Amino acid sequence: MQIYLPIAEVSVNAFVLLGLGGIVGFMSGMFGVGGGFLITPLLFFIGIPPPIAVATGANQVVASSISGVLAHLRRRTVDFRMGIVLTISGLIGSTIGIYVFSWLSSLGQVDLLIQLSYVIFLGFIGLLMLQESLRALNRSRKQAVAGKTAPRRAHEHLLVHRLPLKMKFRTSGLYISVIPPIAVGLFVGFLSAVMGVGGGFIMVPAMIYLLGMPTKVVVGTSLFQIIFTSAYTTVAHATTSFSVDMALALLLILGGVIGAQLGAQVALRLKAEQLRILLALLVLAVAAKIALELVLTPTEFYSLSVVRS
Amino acid sequence: MRMRRFLLALALIAPGPVVAQSDGETVVAGLSQNEVSITARFSGSEIMVYGAVKRDAPPPASPPLEVIVTVEGPLMPVMVRKKNRRYGLWINTEAVEIDAAPSFYAVASTGLLRDVLSDTDDLRYKVTIPRAIRAVGIAGEAEDAASFTDALIRVRAEQGAYKLSQNAVSLTQDTLIRTDVALPANLIEGAYKVRIFLTRGGRVVDVSENTIDVRKEGLERWLTNLAHNQPLSYGLLSLAIAALAGWGASEAFRTRRA
Repeated sequence: MQIYLPIAEVSVNAFVLLGLGGIVGFMSGMFGVGGGFLITPLLFFIGIPPPIAVATGANQVVASSISGVLAHLRRRTVDFRMGIVLTISGLIGSTIGIYVFSWLSSLGQVDLLIQLSYVIFLGFIGLLMLQESLRALNRSRKQAVAGKTAPRRAHEHLLVHRLPLKMKFRTSGLYISVIPPIAVGLFVGFLSAVMGVGGGFIMVPAMIYLLGMPTKVVVGTSLFQIIFTSAYTTVAHATTSFSVDMALALLLILGGVIGAQLGAQVALRLKAEQLRILLALLVLAVAAKIALELVLTPTEFYSLSVVRS
Repeated sequence: MRMRRFLLALALIAPGPVVAQSDGETVVAGLSQNEVSITARFSGSEIMVYGAVKRDAPPPASPPLEVIVTVEGPLMPVMVRKKNRRYGLWINTEAVEIDAAPSFYAVASTGLLRDVLSDTDDLRYKVTIPRAIRAVGIAGEAEDAASFTDALIRVRAEQGAYKLSQNAVSLTQDTLIRTDVALPANLIEGAYKVRIFLTRGGRVVDVSENTIDVRKEGLERWLTNLAHNQPLSYGLLSLAIAALAGWGASEAFRTRRA
């Protein structure tokens, strides 16, 4: 069933869009990420113009993060204070990102910026996550054999404890400087505007490894701030470049919410370490595919873009 | 005096075909439809272009009568970028802006275009695909500007936006003309110009022009208007839909579990 997308001005098979939304929703339900890093490149692949893919991807991320955060609210695993600090700095970061995006669009280098950010961040995070989860898997195996728990330091001293402007984050049980959360928020907000992603795949590891937040509040808090950053990005793209396609977003969201339910059920049957390894491999696969496009000789050296006045 | 000057100016600016050496043969043309509505389920449209040749005198024996039909979508400026290898990466390094290229262009003819139309008349009426692209003064923008227009034509042809169908117009008894032009699903709004040329010995004898009005209808029309006229409401509505879907999914999930 072909459907004509009013803003993208292309005709696409509706079932392909539902399917794409479903696959990405499945991943996001399974791994607790927004899935923007998958949806945006997939939309490029089926021929949606890049600016529309980035803006509509952000809209889809809003739906999946709201769905996710509601579950976490019920379990009280959202650190609101941390979430608000991250949201405010995230909004500033996205504003900068939107300006950089339109500046680079005019130079014709926006594709390069998007591709490089994907390769660098996905590659880096993927490797980090893979290494960490393999180590965790090994450790849990050894523990199962030895039948004892590894000693864990009660109080680790990270960089976040040495910087000034300390603030108490009760839900996370942290008393740390406010500077690192602000830096993380700025950075993730910037990326979300440029890459059309929520930034969960960067936010989650940053919260665990840089801020030292307990894992159980990380996903909920990350989703909480992603809602606001990606909602802001959606409206900003809609008002500055008219690039949000509501029909496209609706089909992706419909597929996505169904996929997310199935994904969450599958996730219940897998171990946390196994899930993280799978997510790491997925992230690395996306990074590798985009890296190959940059490095391999393209079949067509020229690209077209219609200049809209 | 003023009237005469006006008439002179009119004669000068009037398009060639009407005044052109009309050897007593004119074309009367029609379209199967003058309007195309793009609705959500739009998947392309087939337009039949038909016509008849009207004569005051018996037709000349030679050269033979030939027909060319063109359908041209709205003209828009296009930026063509070229990738080159820099630091091991393929990066857009050169760009040429083409002033106006039709979003869609189809040419159909009774014979091979190079036999049916002379270069001078092609230049004058802008019939073939390369001529339909207005690329004035691009020579200064890049070393080999011509390769950029070639690339534009190649890419658009691969997308099915530019089509050359030689021997695709039927001409019955030198009088009845008929051809079908398929408009693709990826169509943009605007006035599509349909031209029918009669040629003899490569020279244009007569031309007739019609337009097809392509418009978004219904929901497509409403969403496009909203997105452009009230972008803030449109953005907020998109968010509201996302929020509703997200909340709905979470509720559905909870009731299924409970």
